[in-house]
Amino acid sequence: MKPAPFDYLRAETLEEALEALHQAGTEARVLAGGQSLLPMLNMRLARPALLVDIMPIAALREVADAAGALRIGAGIRQAALQARPGLARQQPLLAAALPWVGHAQTRSRGTLCGSVAHADPSAEIPLVLVAMGGHVHLRSRRGARRVAAEEFFTGMMATTRAEEEMIEAITLPHAAPDSGHAFREVGRRHGDFAITACAAVVDARSARLAVGGVADRPVARALPLPSDPALEDALEQFAWSLEARDDLHATAAYRRHLVRRLGRAVLEEAAACRA
Amino acid sequence: MDDCGTPPGTLHAAILRSPHAHALIERVEVERARALPGVAAVLTGADIQALTSSLVVGVKAPMECWPIAADRVRYVGEPVAVVVARDRYLAEDALDLIEIRYAPLPAVVAPRAALEPDAPVLHAGLQGNLASDRSFRYGDPEAAFAAAPHRIAVEIDYPRNACTPIETYGVVAEYEPGADAYDVLANFQGPFSIHAVIARALRVPGNRLRLRTPPDSGGSFGVKQGVFPYIVLIAAAARVAGRPVKWIEDRLEHLAASSVATNRATRLAAAVEADGRITALDWDQIEDCGAHLRAPEPATLYRMHGNMTGAYTVRHVAIRNRVVLTNKAPTGLNRGFGGPQVYFALERLVQRIALELRLDPLEVLRRNLVPASAMPYRTASGALLDSGDYRAALEAALAGGGHAELLARRDAARAEGRLYGIGYTAVVEPSVSNMGYISAVLTPAERQRAGPKNGAQATATINLDPVGSATVHVASTPQGQGHRTVLAQVVADELGLHPQDVRVVTEMDTAKDAWSIASGNYASRFAPAVAGVTKLAAERLRGRLARIAASQLNVATEDVVFAGGRIFARGNPDNALPFARVASASHWAPGTLPADMDQAVRETAYWTPPELTAPDEADAVNSSLCHGFIFDFCGVEVDRTTGQVRIDRYVTMHDCGRVLHPGMVAGQVTGGFAHALGAALFEEHSYGADGSFATGTFADYLVPTAMEVPEPVTLHHETPSPFTPLGAKGVGEGNCMSTPVCIANAVADALGLKDVTLPLLPARLAAHIHGPEAARPGGGAVPVAGGRQLFGEGSAMVAAPRERVWAMLLDPTTLAAVVPGAHDVQRVSETEFRAEVTLGVGPVKGRYRVALTLSDLDAPQAVTLSGGAEGALGFGRGTGRVTLAEDGPERTRIGYRYEAEIGGKVASIAGRLLDGAARLVIRQFFAALAAHAGGGSAPREGIFARLLRLLGWRR
Amino acid sequence: MPRLKAGQRHWLHLTLNGKAVEGEAEPRLLLSDFLRYELGATGTHVGCEHGVCGACTVQIDGAPARACLTLAVQMEGAAIRTVEGLAPAPDRLSILQEAFREHHGLQCGFCTPGILMSLDAFLREHRRPNEAALREVLSGHLCRCTGYAPILRAALAAAERLAKEAGDA
Ligand code: FES
Ligand code: FES
Repeated sequence: MKPAPFDYLRAETLEEALEALHQAGTEARVLAGGQSLLPMLNMRLARPALLVDIMPIAALREVADAAGALRIGAGIRQAALQARPGLARQQPLLAAALPWVGHAQTRSRGTLCGSVAHADPSAEIPLVLVAMGGHVHLRSRRGARRVAAEEFFTGMMATTRAEEEMIEAITLPHAAPDSGHAFREVGRRHGDFAITACAAVVDARSARLAVGGVADRPVARALPLPSDPALEDALEQFAWSLEARDDLHATAAYRRHLVRRLGRAVLEEAAACRA
Repeated sequence: MDDCGTPPGTLHAAILRSPHAHALIERVEVERARALPGVAAVLTGADIQALTSSLVVGVKAPMECWPIAADRVRYVGEPVAVVVARDRYLAEDALDLIEIRYAPLPAVVAPRAALEPDAPVLHAGLQGNLASDRSFRYGDPEAAFAAAPHRIAVEIDYPRNACTPIETYGVVAEYEPGADAYDVLANFQGPFSIHAVIARALRVPGNRLRLRTPPDSGGSFGVKQGVFPYIVLIAAAARVAGRPVKWIEDRLEHLAASSVATNRATRLAAAVEADGRITALDWDQIEDCGAHLRAPEPATLYRMHGNMTGAYTVRHVAIRNRVVLTNKAPTGLNRGFGGPQVYFALERLVQRIALELRLDPLEVLRRNLVPASAMPYRTASGALLDSGDYRAALEAALAGGGHAELLARRDAARAEGRLYGIGYTAVVEPSVSNMGYISAVLTPAERQRAGPKNGAQATATINLDPVGSATVHVASTPQGQGHRTVLAQVVADELGLHPQDVRVVTEMDTAKDAWSIASGNYASRFAPAVAGVTKLAAERLRGRLARIAASQLNVATEDVVFAGGRIFARGNPDNALPFARVASASHWAPGTLPADMDQAVRETAYWTPPELTAPDEADAVNSSLCHGFIFDFCGVEVDRTTGQVRIDRYVTMHDCGRVLHPGMVAGQVTGGFAHALGAALFEEHSYGADGSFATGTFADYLVPTAMEVPEPVTLHHETPSPFTPLGAKGVGEGNCMSTPVCIANAVADALGLKDVTLPLLPARLAAHIHGPEAARPGGGAVPVAGGRQLFGEGSAMVAAPRERVWAMLLDPTTLAAVVPGAHDVQRVSETEFRAEVTLGVGPVKGRYRVALTLSDLDAPQAVTLSGGAEGALGFGRGTGRVTLAEDGPERTRIGYRYEAEIGGKVASIAGRLLDGAARLVIRQFFAALAAHAGGGSAPREGIFARLLRLLGWRR
Repeated sequence: MPRLKAGQRHWLHLTLNGKAVEGEAEPRLLLSDFLRYELGATGTHVGCEHGVCGACTVQIDGAPARACLTLAVQMEGAAIRTVEGLAPAPDRLSILQEAFREHHGLQCGFCTPGILMSLDAFLREHRRPNEAALREVLSGHLCRCTGYAPILRAALAAAERLAKEAGDA
């Protein structure tokens, strides 16, 4: 179980990385923390001709408060962000979800943007990005663009990122002052891929629930407030709309069941912590 | 194992394995692999079979058992070729260059299904999949059933799981052409009866196969026994390569094709009195040994043969044992070895009896336990339970484990509406296997012809060197249970030394060391047998040294005392000699030895217990020497929302005879408990209905972590075994037998379940808690997809008239244009296409050969596409119906439904992602088609390619 | 920085257990294999090569990480610590190792080096960890022998002793 051969480029600047991606096209992959890509390389599921290591690029190692949002560069590791002072206040949802991402031993190297690029439908960080209405910042030699998270994820490990583009950063709007947040996840074991993960954002007038692990991408929906009797039906509709499927670890019915129960629970929890 | 140095010039092997559960091998193309620089040899199944002989099969049946397939593969993961190269990376590169054409055959997966008359047959010689069928009768079961007021039965499908040591298999093999001899280092762990099997397969006499084991090995739990077919394979590869060859199994290989425990379909009925006493048992067991009956199978089925009545006094027993072959990996030793399968049925039955007769399960247990006064007790099927006071142990466990409090906790939880249950189990844990038990698979007449097999010989050697220090050598290959500590202690106690002064050597070398076919570390032999024989050797050596010392101290031999590194006269510690002086006397001053003593340098002891006799005429067999007793109870809570099981408290009472080393026993218990908890809640080697393997990584085969494993409360009740030198019994396997069913009983109690299937999937429990789901609001189809069986449907709008869309669908040039991933789409006939395609989802990319057939053409409205794709990452087959409907003059609605099956590597290691990937590919294909027909930009990826790959489109 | 070519070996310079070392690696060589075969540091074990079992855990620039999910070439200039660097002197065990020995925290010992590296990093930052936190750290490792209870005891004992030493100092 060893990777197939590939070239390796340690990019020192963004330009260098973008040029390499431009040249190599579909044959290149960006290497950041490597915690999603390396298993695929080792199993020879992925066999790129070139890996472009972007971790040496200083410009990508920035976390910044930008216009009411947190901008997280592509070089930022999950553990580093977890340790950021004030994260729980500014980004309560992200702070709640990060401990569920893999294990301490993988968060130490895995990046947030890498998880977003990988677009696993069960992953926590894409879910939070969608729940918070965040954005993905893409860049290629031809220029930069910004995509809303909900449009970015298009399916199983599929995104609107073009082959020669790379994720430069993601931005997550800070929690609004009067809002509450909650995150819960059910997996077989601690640290496993989520069977169902739910993230809720609730303020005085609106509630939003995002669900991961059920559809082929994280999906968010505006729902009635937990106090509203209409929530029951809305959750039922939402659960079915995700087109859950059976797999080894859980049935589709179980996943829908968790969307209803866990979904309600996180909405209630979010509403409660707002109060 | 991988840490051991290798001889200079060692090459590295990698093994190509079957992606199919059942297929004929039509063609093997290895030239490109051979041509890769750095590759020393490429061996196909035929090459290996030409150099070796089939492994011996343990039943009288016309079939062979090869470590590699030549003309037919029978399970996913079966070796089909071996590459030897400069390093492992290169060897794997070469694997990618080997091309094998398979003709898939239908597969059979479930043991009962394997017995159906129309089931696909694995081994042509066998005419069916039944390898052995034996019935046994002890006492008068028919009469007992007729007389009993109740007949209560359970039906069990015990799943497959394995102990998955964290260190995988490893082999370094070398061949000396001059001597026609093999030298093998492997993390094999016995039984060394397998040495003969390997030598025979390699076509050399036993003394031309030197088998060594490393001093330390990363856990075995029985599993490492299964390395032996790979020893044959790698040894043959070394012979062809003309160099030493090393192979380290990777985790994917290990999960797919190492040594997994058997799954078993059991029907068990009991004749029961009104008070819950069991008077007779009727067992019907169908053992699934996978694709080959590999030595020592079907031992899993017979290891418990004397113990089919567990801890209970049941005098009348009927047993039918069938062994079947299925398209799954071959089975072998795993911790618990046959015990989990038996006790799951037996102890579920005891709970069922309590339920149906409305009795306290604890009462049913108590009424049936073998009483202390009956020890040693001969069970109906022949085991001799050596010692124990089961009743006392049970009561002590209830008192010491806080049973009353647990009942109160259950009441309190239930009062709050929580789902809380308590389970119990009592099991007898056999240890030190009788080498003869497996011959119970033969009829008495067949046994007669084969000659007697029985016993369980153990051996130990103690050497004294010229500076008077002691070295112990045992034929037990340590797998980390702290063997050295215990042996050093045993010898030190006997010779009055500190354990640190005693060196213990546990690596095995069949060319140098004393060993027997029973050697090795399995069947919990260590404490009762190996430590015991070490004590015998130490005693004898002490006797010699005492005589030497007696003459020098001028006292009687009986008055010589060994303590504190000195040897002295009883009552006069000043009349003393240093131990080392006496111990080295035989080296330096042999003349000082008593006249009738030849030496005191080395003492080798052999020990074989007389109780282990061969099966008798009536098929009664004392399958093991020692029998420990375990009584467990636990409280569990099932989460109402998630269906997840939480162990509130687990109490395990062990009587394992004399405890030699409390720390080691504790470690065996907590370690065994963790394995058992995994089996109960998480672990299963999962196969699809088509035989594809679904749990090929540690992300799908779920081993519990520190978050999932609580610490059990462990209690002890010691009744020494009268049959072992130290009074010890085995302890390492008991919880693997008792714990899965104890947890299952507790969950059954919590949820009021009649039947419980392992592992206890939260999804299954939640379905039971919440009942059937309400219908989808507003109707609509409920997708019934599952696992790798992919189903789906959808539609896309195309801005083009129907005829044009129809023409496009049937035109290879359009298809090739729509789909950049497809290389050279060819139309083979009116309705057949072939293509080479590159397909990718996310970073997962591969190249595939695709064949596609159109049928049921109903121009221009509907067509059925069916086909298959095969490539390095796996294969797919499927079928889809496409319909075209007019939706206005220039618009067509394309509707599609598909079903497909995916197998091979990608299904084994990324099954979780398949369904979503398929949906993605289909959606994109039709979007691309729509874009091509109606303008706009088609997506860039190889859409059609993906579609074909992931769907297959064929039936 | 030039592009490192597949199939060719390239020189790497890094620190291993405080000492500057160099070795050659193809771009695809995993750090676990680089340590074991190129540098001969076989204390780091390999159990799955897909990031789940934790046997290969080492410290990279002070943080525990999977050597099997890291390319050797990514380690240019990095400081790596392995189990070989844990003991303060060749004839002495670290407090953590000592605690493992005392509490039977290992049986076959195959998982142990990885677990030690995780715990060592964790205990450096968490002076008084509770059991739940330790279980969480340990959940990044699979041990098939011990059932974790003895490991947990060893970790708690080591934490206590370390805290005491820090207090004394
Ligand atoms: S070998 Fe790296 S985590 Fe298992
Ligand atoms: S001690 Fe053997 S795997 Fe942990």
